[in-house]
Amino acid sequence: MARYVLSRLLRALATLWFAVTLVFIGLRLSGDPAAALLGPEARPEAVEALRRAWGLDRSIPVQYAVYLTNVLQGDFGQSLREQRAATVVVHERLPATARLALVSVGMALVLGIPAGVLAALRRGTTLDRLLMSVALIGQGLPNFVLGLFLILLFAFHLRWLPSGGQHDLRGLILPAFTLSTYGITSLARFSRSAVLDVINQDYMRTAQAKGLPPSRILLDHLGRNAALTLVTVLGLQLSVAIAGAVVTETVFAWPGMGRLLSQATEQRDFPVVQYGVFLVALSVVTVNLAIDLLYGFIDPRIRLAD
Amino acid sequence: MAQSLTRRRPVARERPATPLVAQRQRTRWSTAPVLLILGWALLAVLVALGVAQPWLGLAEPGAQHLTERLQPPIGFGGTWEHPFGTDQLGRDLLSRLLAGARVSLGLATLGVTISLVVGSMLGLLAGFRRGVLDHAIMFIVDVQLSIPFLAIALVALTLFGTGLPVLIVLLGLSGWEQYARLARALSLRTSQELYVIAARSLGASTARVLSRHVLPNIVAPLLVLATLQFTSLLLLESSLSFLGLGVQPPTPSWGNMLGDARNYLQLAWWTTVAPGLALLLVTLVVNATGDWLRDVTDPVLRRR
Repeated sequence: MARYVLSRLLRALATLWFAVTLVFIGLRLSGDPAAALLGPEARPEAVEALRRAWGLDRSIPVQYAVYLTNVLQGDFGQSLREQRAATVVVHERLPATARLALVSVGMALVLGIPAGVLAALRRGTTLDRLLMSVALIGQGLPNFVLGLFLILLFAFHLRWLPSGGQHDLRGLILPAFTLSTYGITSLARFSRSAVLDVINQDYMRTAQAKGLPPSRILLDHLGRNAALTLVTVLGLQLSVAIAGAVVTETVFAWPGMGRLLSQATEQRDFPVVQYGVFLVALSVVTVNLAIDLLYGFIDPRIRLAD
Repeated sequence: MAQSLTRRRPVARERPATPLVAQRQRTRWSTAPVLLILGWALLAVLVALGVAQPWLGLAEPGAQHLTERLQPPIGFGGTWEHPFGTDQLGRDLLSRLLAGARVSLGLATLGVTISLVVGSMLGLLAGFRRGVLDHAIMFIVDVQLSIPFLAIALVALTLFGTGLPVLIVLLGLSGWEQYARLARALSLRTSQELYVIAARSLGASTARVLSRHVLPNIVAPLLVLATLQFTSLLLLESSLSFLGLGVQPPTPSWGNMLGDARNYLQLAWWTTVAPGLALLLVTLVVNATGDWLRDVTDPVLRRR
């Protein structure tokens, strides 16, 4: 197990290192990094000062070392728009994004699994076909188009829910649902086929004959095998929610990190974009690592094969 | 190569070594469901009208008429002059929708072509040469798979600014890793085939073996993947354009039309519904086509 954990950890670190290096290469390719960092409207003295501070007059390897050291120390520079550290600007927006991401994972669980189980238990009926068609369409649906249509229907036509930008629970429903379509549809399709796989097994009939309630039977016999896929889908849903936040938060005017990132990109506020993207990469890599480790934990065959 | 179980499993492992010719004969167009054929017809009409848009006699997609702002479509109080209504600058929505189809679908096609060519070549090389090159390419593939491409795109757009060349490079770079993985897996298997070994022992160069013997045998699953990838690229472009970071005005794309419409959701629902439905239609039809193609050509290729 130790070897398995170590190899996964090394891969995650290598991925992050490579991502940070790519940004450095991009910085060098885009011309004068100091000018790029400070933006087109920077005063020449400021550019000169940064050039000295980052050692840009020295050789590329030295510059790379300085850059890596800064990143390792959490120094991502000052935001160009606000006279504050990029890290502070981004951290302010984290809670709103985290809340949205977590609620979307919860929604995927609460809506996806029952829909799939229901479809399996009513296999071949109109309900089954209806649920599965909706899941199929939902999987291909562009997230932000769905978000815009939901606003039109529920906020402006029916006037049931706010169109976004609010912190109360009602304001969370539309953006979280939009973000969770990936998880809902994947979980619905998965739980349907998982239930169908076991429903005709002999041990299911035995369990039924013993008089166990159906819910208990499903839980007991689907348990371990289902856990693997469940962990994967939920982890991927979390990644999708973090990455999808950029667009979804703009659709719903949600004051989170995603909206900040798209605005900062438009304003070419490089330090903020760099740190925000670093955080996105960090969280997605961490989620992937967690999935891998949980996998090894749940299923010994996986950690032994590695 | 250590496989991360969170991603796609290796695809070529369980694939029976059926000759491709036999598979091709099994592909019958008549087996396509009626709904899908209907979808193709709609898509064909959309593409044809998009290409023909400048000669249809519609209003210029960029022409502004501030006196005719936010006019509703036909059936909701609109007139035949603007069948789909107008946007916040009084521009004709139908004509923008068709011009946008040209831009959005064209960019996605271009992006798919670039990533298909680049990814397949790198994957072929990795699978055929093995060794350090293989490890290096697969490492980059793993990195790109584990970081959302939108994040990479945001950094690039901040550094290099928004513009068509940057956008095209980004579209071409996104998704190449999918083809690389598939091409690598397929070429690993194909390079063990007798006819490849025979060609090599006769002294054929690597380039000749790859282009004449390996590539023709793995091209079908790569094209199926390209169909499935088309919608991801369409969505990437429209997401970026929606955020104001992709196709820049005055050029219309479905994404930047939706971005404009976002501010007029309450006043003029049609400015959102027209490009939204267009995106929806194309996504559904192309995805269904990809699934269907995958089922008829190769049941082993799996969607993410």
